[in-house]
Amino acid sequence: MSDTAALKLTRSFITPEGVDLRLQLGDAGQRAGAFLLDAAIMMAVLIVVSILIGLIGIGAWTAAGMKGAEVMAVLWLLGFFLLRNFYFIGFELSAAAATPGKRVMGLRVAARDGGRLRPGAIFARNAMRELEVFIPISMLFAPTGAEGGVEGWMYLLGITWAGIFALFPLFNKDRLRAGDLIGGTWVVRAPKRKLVRDMADEGAERLQRYAFTLEQIEAYGAKELHVLEDVLRQRDRKTMRAVADRIAGKIGWARLDGEDDYDFLSAYYAALRKRLEARLLMGVRRRDKHDVAR
Amino acid sequence: MIDVKVDGRLKSQRFRQEREADWQRLERLMEKVEKGSMASLSEEEILAAPVLYRSALSSLSVARATSLDRGMIDYLEMLCARAYFFVYGSRETLRSQLAAFFAGGWPAAVRGLWRETLVSVGLMVVGALVGAWLFGQDAEWYYAFMPKEMAGGRDPAATTDMLRSTLAGEKSADGLSMFATFLFTHNAQVALLAFALGFALCVPTAMLVIYNGVILGVFFSLFASRGLGVDAGGWLAIHGVTELFAVCLAGAAGLRIGWSVAFPGERSRLDAASAAGRHAATVMGGVVVMLFFAGLLEGFGRQLIVATPARYGVAALTAVIWGLYFYGPRRRARA
Repeated sequence: MSDTAALKLTRSFITPEGVDLRLQLGDAGQRAGAFLLDAAIMMAVLIVVSILIGLIGIGAWTAAGMKGAEVMAVLWLLGFFLLRNFYFIGFELSAAAATPGKRVMGLRVAARDGGRLRPGAIFARNAMRELEVFIPISMLFAPTGAEGGVEGWMYLLGITWAGIFALFPLFNKDRLRAGDLIGGTWVVRAPKRKLVRDMADEGAERLQRYAFTLEQIEAYGAKELHVLEDVLRQRDRKTMRAVADRIAGKIGWARLDGEDDYDFLSAYYAALRKRLEARLLMGVRRRDKHDVAR
Repeated sequence: MIDVKVDGRLKSQRFRQEREADWQRLERLMEKVEKGSMASLSEEEILAAPVLYRSALSSLSVARATSLDRGMIDYLEMLCARAYFFVYGSRETLRSQLAAFFAGGWPAAVRGLWRETLVSVGLMVVGALVGAWLFGQDAEWYYAFMPKEMAGGRDPAATTDMLRSTLAGEKSADGLSMFATFLFTHNAQVALLAFALGFALCVPTAMLVIYNGVILGVFFSLFASRGLGVDAGGWLAIHGVTELFAVCLAGAAGLRIGWSVAFPGERSRLDAASAAGRHAATVMGGVVVMLFFAGLLEGFGRQLIVATPARYGVAALTAVIWGLYFYGPRRRARA
């Protein structure tokens, strides 16, 4: 995701403590991916349980006659009903507020007004799936009627219907589907993220060996610092060589023979970050190398 | 420059190293919560979580203002968001939520929908009258409205004796539980549909409720025309009081949503829609429960209780129970 696209999906979200959490909304691809995963899980559960109940049902029928088969039929009907209506509701009521599909995609449901996510909201947003998903699906798989013409039209209607609701999130800036609209919810990103290594850890040690002058350090801003951070993280030999040469050229640093690119880059990273952060403390944020506001 | 050079470390680096352990403790707590439930946390952990959350949050605002360690800021943003949802999220267990729902939340939501409920009941009555009138004009209308699978041989072509026999109960309980389950799941699905269709500005929901009324009307007038009106009434009422009321409530819930989407009033359309949605969904959660009871009454009660007066008795009893539960005066919470 490019920075501007990410910015478009960032929503200011002030906690009661007064800190902006800058929530990221789930984008259309993540939403679709999560839904397809959930649909696949539901299908798989349906098939496996149907086979199991079918087999047990045959066994029960031979053992206990109609009575046994009936119990299994009741179980299947209830199971199907629960799966269809309460798969999403059940999982979203849990502490993670996400179905397995959403969890995989790093998404969760949240109340749009920032308050608690209430059961009513979850029920509302998922009851709408009846309209958005299950009706068009049942149109597509409706029992084939005798009249040929009607069938084609039903097909078209079903596809149009499903299409309108499936594309609904693309036509509003908050990526709401019809259910989110009614439930007062939205879907935000809350992936599990590990704390990555601080690249200054190694740089600060190496910095002792490098004496950069202030002019040399002041050649870049925060944007370049972050590019340099990515380069250090990836630690790709060729890229590091190119970047090191470029920086050395720009700041007029005489490269020594056998000087390790990584050492040089991480030392420069630490020096640059130290300088930029020192100025940040004084309230000056230097965005990039063109930003000369003092 | 007053940079106390204890060692070569950066300020932001030291800031991070001093707090890292707390953040990671919070992260482990969140992982535990998201995997299981509140119950998986010890008392000490539950008390620690908000404290850790607030310190992570303050770390985040300091880091944003003073640090350029992007990894740390991104990490803290996500960690704080996850912890926010926990700290300000629902702390109630499913059981206490259900208890609150049945003790007060649901009846209150139903009472709040009284206007829509009246409209919905009115629509159904109008539908029934229209159905009866059409049947009086021409019995052929019966076929136009009654779905074949629902009629089950009860149509104008059937003899009076045959019609009477369909009103009798079954002698044994075989197959009843499946019948009841089928009725429940089918009706609940239709009710949820009526709710969801309200989104389209009430019209489809209203049509669905009216259509339900028309079916009722033609069905009843068929039996009434053969002098079986009282018996058919009992046959319908034993579960119908619960079921039709539930359908009317589902219709009312749909109407509320459609109405607030169409006429949001002073609020924005989005706010109005979501407020109505939450209210209506609370009612709908209960409608599913009502339909479950209706399914039991229809599947078991009607087949096992065959005397018409007894059927009317059960119908009256359900009417009194639901009426008192929803609209009865309440001083203290009753179950």
